[in-house]
Amino acid sequence: MRKAKQLVVLLVLSLLVLGAGTASAKVQIDFWYSLGGQLGETVQQLVADFNASQDEYEVVAFFRGAYDESMTAAIAAYRAGNPPHIIQVYEVGTQTMLLSGAIYPVYQLMADHGIDIDWEDFVGAVYSYYTHEDNLYSMPFNSSSPIMFYNKDIFAAAGLDPERPPQTWQEVEEYSRKIIESGAAKYGFTTGWPSWVLLENMHAWHGLPFASQGNGFDGLDVELLINGEFGMMHVSKLAEWHEEGIYHYGGRGDSANWIFMNGDCAMMPHSSALIGSMKQSGLNWGATMLPHWGDPYPKANSIIGGATLWVMKGHSEEEYRGVAKFLEFVAQPEQQAWWHKQTGYVPITNAAAAILEAEGHFEREPYQRVAIDQLNYSPPTSDTRGLRLGNFLEIRNVIEEELEAIFAGAKSVEAGLNDAVRRSNQLLREFAELYQ
Amino acid sequence: MERQVVFRNKWLPYLLLMPQIAITIVFFFWPALTSLRLALYRTTPFGDRMFFVGLQNFQRLFASPQYRQSVMTTLVFTASVTLVGVFISLVIALLLNQAIKGRTIYRTAILWPYGVALPVAGVLWMFLMHPTFGIVPYYLDGIINFNFDWILNGQAAMLLVILTAIWTNLGYNVAFFLAGLQAIPQSLLEAAYVDGATRVRSIIHITLPLLSPTIFFLLVMNVVYSLFDTFGLIDAVTKGGPAGATEIMIYKAYRDGIISLNLGSSAAQSVVLMVLAILLTVFQFRFIERKVSY
Repeated sequence: MRKAKQLVVLLVLSLLVLGAGTASAKVQIDFWYSLGGQLGETVQQLVADFNASQDEYEVVAFFRGAYDESMTAAIAAYRAGNPPHIIQVYEVGTQTMLLSGAIYPVYQLMADHGIDIDWEDFVGAVYSYYTHEDNLYSMPFNSSSPIMFYNKDIFAAAGLDPERPPQTWQEVEEYSRKIIESGAAKYGFTTGWPSWVLLENMHAWHGLPFASQGNGFDGLDVELLINGEFGMMHVSKLAEWHEEGIYHYGGRGDSANWIFMNGDCAMMPHSSALIGSMKQSGLNWGATMLPHWGDPYPKANSIIGGATLWVMKGHSEEEYRGVAKFLEFVAQPEQQAWWHKQTGYVPITNAAAAILEAEGHFEREPYQRVAIDQLNYSPPTSDTRGLRLGNFLEIRNVIEEELEAIFAGAKSVEAGLNDAVRRSNQLLREFAELYQ
Repeated sequence: MERQVVFRNKWLPYLLLMPQIAITIVFFFWPALTSLRLALYRTTPFGDRMFFVGLQNFQRLFASPQYRQSVMTTLVFTASVTLVGVFISLVIALLLNQAIKGRTIYRTAILWPYGVALPVAGVLWMFLMHPTFGIVPYYLDGIINFNFDWILNGQAAMLLVILTAIWTNLGYNVAFFLAGLQAIPQSLLEAAYVDGATRVRSIIHITLPLLSPTIFFLLVMNVVYSLFDTFGLIDAVTKGGPAGATEIMIYKAYRDGIISLNLGSSAAQSVVLMVLAILLTVFQFRFIERKVSY
């Protein structure tokens, strides 16, 4: 009985506290993000800076678990009629968000609140990934691109010039052989995020489409094109190299990092967002642009990965005003420059890059501009502006499953890639059915 | 004579049962019915569009080679965890049932792994067996030149999750076997020894038949464990990979529903799992609780 009384008192008290919270003058804006560890602290710092910069709005940032978890949570919250104002969604969720009917497009939000943003100044390959009919639908937040990391000590031990990393895949092959033969490392290279690095980016980097309909931007009846001549050639080479030990498959996502970090391999194409960890690793590392196959393929631009901030429907005009202010703050060149230095994600505007340039940041940190240069290597075309696929996460999973089957020797390159395309097309058709 | 409590008020027992019934309805029946309904629809992730498709989700499911592979994977996984796990546990329990020095210490040690949460156990074994920095593959490679790369090799990955699942459930199994063994009257075994039976013969002809209720019970419990409780292990260690080699049915239902947001298919998979669970329960009540006499 006493326990029950205590409980009631507690309940009443907590209600009072909650009531007091909502009664305060500031308008609260909920922001769900998915960056953990040091990156998460940087997000909190950014939010604190915004809150300190004005006294009308209070952005409250919640860490809602990994991208998939926070997206599922946001969907549940939306269906229950209580969505957050802003949610950070990974690039593979773009098509789902775009067609959800649950979002307030960022370009429109800004226009509705009279906030003038120079969209032209955004980095092309970042901006294009998230635009629909030339309008930006979500605010780019953390964008990265794969670059080639390499271990200078292993290069030196193998008698290679540590300041001349490979520029072509042919060189990657040649250097790897030297590295393995000299015993400097067990393997030549491994890779993070296999589908993103080895297929999505390699197609864009060589100016080739990954999927039909302008990589899915122009319609829902999309089919993958990765089993074309280039895809077959590229994956056949990878499979051969895997057999020989030049390439070593290290798993999905970040799970291959160990192989590079402990010196088992000399090179690793991986997200530029890894620069922070590289600095802490104590390795004598360098970075350069992704390898290219050379003629007859053009060198175009790489594509991004990462996440953007989506604004969700279902809130008041006044709250949206605060959301618009916050997004404006995030896109400011000074904030972007700071964000880039803290995290290694690419700055989203050219103005931010100019600030960094003027500060001499890139002279101190030359590797931090590799991804920016690579994204800007040539103006994005309909084949290289990004990917807009429904069920994209599952498609990545399918591609990686088939790559695993190929590298394990369970399937031929042809069978694996054809199966990847067939299964992905099925997923794309199922997605299109929902929205027709 | 058993004493029975009799409620005078007809409604009181129902009132007392209410909390349990309410919990069952909210947390079991309601989600189950929602799954049943969702399985008949295809819906967008945000639920703004819903189409009734009848049994199409099931048709697609059973026509999908990936789902059939997942069913096969589940069979192999469940059979291995159950049969090997129960067998090893039985052997350990028989050994621990002897009068040996420090028996209590051994028994406690064997029960320990059961206290480790399955995902934690998974991570533990993952570190031990990691092809890049794990100690076991390091020695396997160094001594017998065997490359245990479960990141790319599906069979190795399967072996790893089976091993971890067995290890974690070992304590549970051994505890039940020990209890079962202690319920066997010593006089029977002594009589057998007097008649000249060897230890092996007495195990086969006396211990095992008398232990059969425990064995059946544990077989069912291990099947349930492998089918429904090993989700955390798969999620922490292999995430169903490589190439779907460890994607058991419950993990696929989660991946398709929560990560890929294909709710219709995921609901259909949940219904299949629900039917399996019901069948197992019926099986347990029919054949084990009734037919096997203690």
